[in-house]
Amino acid sequence: MLQPYVPLVLMFALAAAFAVFSVAVAPFVGPRRDNRAKLDAYECGIEPSPQPVVGSGRMPVAYYLTAMLFILFDIEMVFLYPFAVSADALGLFGLVEIALFIITVGFAYAYVWRRGGLDWN
Amino acid sequence: MRTLVHAGPPLAQGPRNPVPELLADDPLWLIIVKVVAIFALLVLLTLFMIWFERRVVARMQHRIGPNRVGPAGLLQSLADGLKLAFKEDIRPVLADRWVYFLAPVISTIPAFLAFSVIPLGPEVSIFGERTALQLADLPVGVLVVLACSSMGVYGVVLAGWSSGSPYPLLGSLRSAAQVISYEIAMGLSFVAVILYSGTLSTSGIVAAQADRWFAWLLPVSFVIYVIAMVGETNRAPFDLPEAESELVGGFHTEYSSLKFALFFLSEYINMVTVSALATTLFLGGWHAPWPLSAVGDGVLNTGWWPLLWFLGKTLLFLFVFVWLRGTLPRLRYDQFMRLGWKVLVPVSLLWILAVTTIRVLRNTQGITSQQILVIGGIVLAVLLLVVFLIPDRPAPREDEVPLAGSDYPLPPLDLQVPKAPPRRRSVPVARLPVAERAAVTAPANAGATRDDANPAKEDGDGTA
Repeated sequence: MLQPYVPLVLMFALAAAFAVFSVAVAPFVGPRRDNRAKLDAYECGIEPSPQPVVGSGRMPVAYYLTAMLFILFDIEMVFLYPFAVSADALGLFGLVEIALFIITVGFAYAYVWRRGGLDWN
Repeated sequence: MRTLVHAGPPLAQGPRNPVPELLADDPLWLIIVKVVAIFALLVLLTLFMIWFERRVVARMQHRIGPNRVGPAGLLQSLADGLKLAFKEDIRPVLADRWVYFLAPVISTIPAFLAFSVIPLGPEVSIFGERTALQLADLPVGVLVVLACSSMGVYGVVLAGWSSGSPYPLLGSLRSAAQVISYEIAMGLSFVAVILYSGTLSTSGIVAAQADRWFAWLLPVSFVIYVIAMVGETNRAPFDLPEAESELVGGFHTEYSSLKFALFFLSEYINMVTVSALATTLFLGGWHAPWPLSAVGDGVLNTGWWPLLWFLGKTLLFLFVFVWLRGTLPRLRYDQFMRLGWKVLVPVSLLWILAVTTIRVLRNTQGITSQQILVIGGIVLAVLLLVVFLIPDRPAPREDEVPLAGSDYPLPPLDLQVPKAPPRRRSVPVARLPVAERAAVTAPANAGATRDDANPAKEDGDGTA
């Protein structure tokens, strides 16, 4: 049952070994010349702006919106794939069902568009 | 519901697909050989691709490009990789220790993994063992590629987040938003292909294209996929996450040495993978192109030949990547998101609805292609008429700046561009200091005579 996945596991192992080896070996083969300015955040040479916590800082809310929309349409995609595989078997019934489904999502899509959710700035 | 249960054998579309059985009895050593071979192929293609891109872009810009290291500069990218290995490995003080190390690993692994479901060729014999030229054939092959490209985003986002620096953070956010936006369009463009091949397995999709490639059958899906694959891999003209003029280097600004090399590697492998997937889904995979497929009763579709066609088609797509980079300027971010969400997604959905309707009606209602074309033509004509009859929205009046009579600083509109002075005789000899007169006199005379219409005289002066 899981036999077809063996090559994927091996490929995963090889890629992981390669990547981890590269990352691990890099500090040892390269030179080491410490310099406080070099280890600062790079901001084109000016004094780095203070960062409150590692990697934090505020980010535009539009990105969250994009992520939510992605989930909406990704789910739609996930429904469309099994339908596409067995569309011939489902026949007219499947066509009507999937058309209703796409139209329903289309309403949400039109609403988001209308409310400016797809605009940047 | 009983109608939804689809029992019995899967609906056969075209020739039966023998690949799963061929791969099922692969011994372990053969799987290892294939894994190593595909790994090597991807690394070599990356090295080749970097050289290829630099050479082609150089040619497009009337430069020569790298030509020193190895024959025609072919070893340039290998030398660059080695150089990167011996550069200092920097970890910024603000970086998150573990995530900063993990991010390149997370972005590399899925890049390699995604390629393993791509069929490179049909049945071959390796050391006496019959097998298919493909590492793994899963019933959900296309989903594996999509999943891997989604996993790759984690590497990018975490790299930007863990760097502790504003530019990488913004670059990674942009990159993530971009990849997930275009993944929608990409995923939707698969639906029509799956509909026609009746399977999610990559080898099954290739087998379904034995007679006709899906690029001809489903041109809209093909175009959407090609646009989406460029957006998905963050390449020009959609390379906003790495827009040098805005974000320094994007998410990998703070990375150096081999960690940077890993990001570079995964970006190029992703390009190879999406090109290979485009070949698989739309250009018939390893099938020989038309005039060659007829040679000798399809002998070029057997043995190791298909590997050549497959690599050729993949290189074609890779060339398109380079071509785009050499030709198109970068889009603005809002234009880019508008293209993804307001053009590609609705067009995909409408296309899916149309294709599904046509296919199902043809299969169940016995409607012929001619009838569908006629009905489609009528619908199109009505739509065009409706669009034509809808009155244009009046263009928004922009605030006009008065041309005269205001204190708004305006350049003179009747500006006279001064005529360019003649190239020679620019300074009258008489005005020059005495010391320079002698030096100028001879060329000035030659220039003066060149304006004459008598070529014979010019020649005479030139020799004098």
